[in-house]
Amino acid sequence: MNADAVERAVQRIAHEVLERARAQGSLEKLAFVGIRRGGVPLAERIRAEIGKVTGAPPPLGTLDIALYRDDLAQRGAAPVVGPTDVRFPLEGRTIVLADDVLYTGRTIRAALDELVDFGRPRRVWLAVLVDRGGRELPISADFAGARLEVPEGDDVQVRWREYGAAEDSVVVREGRKP
Amino acid sequence: MIGRHRHLIGLEGLSREEILQVLDLATSMKEVLTRPVKKVPSLRGKNVVNLFFETSTRTRSSFEIAAKVLSADCLNWTAAQSSTTKGETLLDTAKNLEAMRPDVLVVRHSASGAPNFLARHVGCSVVSAGDGAHEHPSQGLLDCFTLRERFGSLEGRTVAIVGDISHSRVARSDLHSLPKLGAKVRLCGPPTMIPLGVERLGATVHHDLRTAVEGVDAVVMLRIQHERIGDPLIPNTREYSKFWGLNAKKAAEWLPPGAVILHPGPINRGVELSSDVADGPRSVILDQVQNGVAVRMAILYLLAGGAGEDRAEKVSA
Repeated sequence: MNADAVERAVQRIAHEVLERARAQGSLEKLAFVGIRRGGVPLAERIRAEIGKVTGAPPPLGTLDIALYRDDLAQRGAAPVVGPTDVRFPLEGRTIVLADDVLYTGRTIRAALDELVDFGRPRRVWLAVLVDRGGRELPISADFAGARLEVPEGDDVQVRWREYGAAEDSVVVREGRKP
Repeated sequence: MIGRHRHLIGLEGLSREEILQVLDLATSMKEVLTRPVKKVPSLRGKNVVNLFFETSTRTRSSFEIAAKVLSADCLNWTAAQSSTTKGETLLDTAKNLEAMRPDVLVVRHSASGAPNFLARHVGCSVVSAGDGAHEHPSQGLLDCFTLRERFGSLEGRTVAIVGDISHSRVARSDLHSLPKLGAKVRLCGPPTMIPLGVERLGATVHHDLRTAVEGVDAVVMLRIQHERIGDPLIPNTREYSKFWGLNAKKAAEWLPPGAVILHPGPINRGVELSSDVADGPRSVILDQVQNGVAVRMAILYLLAGGAGEDRAEKVSA
């Protein structure tokens, strides 16, 4: 996906979120939470698109799931823990949880566990830029910019301008064959 | 692992990068303490044993809270209620506790070198919570954290450490960390309480409090370690207080407006600090206590989280 395709995907997700929130009457109660790092630019952009329509962008938080990982004991060094920042009460809100790539679903499991420790949202939707298949947990995306079947071991990289890329892109790289 | 270390015995062997690794992580940990649910599952199933051969309130409870916030189980062992009173040796005590399979032993002991000795004989990670007059690494790190939080960076800052430098493990840990982060350290106290040759650790020595605190950004006030002092090193505490203690009047006249005051606790009020200073606007003493939990969470997470290097190689291979 090139920058245009990413842009279109973001707009489509924003449109779908808006439609669904309107249909449910939860537009007022919408809030975004980006999973660090790749999910944060996606959350920011969807939120900005929605802000253009409603006049006021919904609240935005960020989650770092390092402390909720299920593979701590299998990893060599303890992973770096980045900042988590959720400053609005979750009670009664419809949370759009955003991540760049949905793969095994383990990150989302960790993010959901962390999210509910901040409060009890009314509901949680999952928005991802790329659903690459390969789920290991019963988790699915409510909104996806693209749905692909990428073989296990290959790497799907989302490169955001926010993190130094010249322009947004999604790249699939072949992994090392065993 | 803190950088390349499995244990935290002192800050002398830690590089600038390793110290910053702990401080950066502690910033994230501090946020956890502000959440509605102050508990994260990262050290679930891990055991932390607090092995305290000396009394402690702050440090022991701080390590205990840190372990619990990270979901580790925590056992508190204190010498007074243990078989040490029946003659058990340090190594036997540690070996017996090790057989209960802890992941981290947090040790405080009156003998300098006790945590290092244990680290060589047990299989788990050892964290020193203060040994004799050697080091108190978690206190040194929380002092760095508190100052960095206040000033943004320690580069070019000046910190005066005042009091019984000879017997202070806090002073030693501060001396082994603050300069690595770019701060200049001044030591001040009665000549009998300043070790000979301490300048070699990169500090300047002063015997007059007024000149020692001139233009500083922070002052670390220390307690007289009566329990570690045999012969009296000072005539009496009243005289000590007059020359080396800080009260509101001296603080107002001698300290620059933005300078803060730290104290590792416990405070002997009226000796090194008067109450109007300890509870005054310059005091960051209670910030230190709060930051201590975050710093100790970072230490425990780095040492008990992850599988260590051996397992890591197997997983990636």
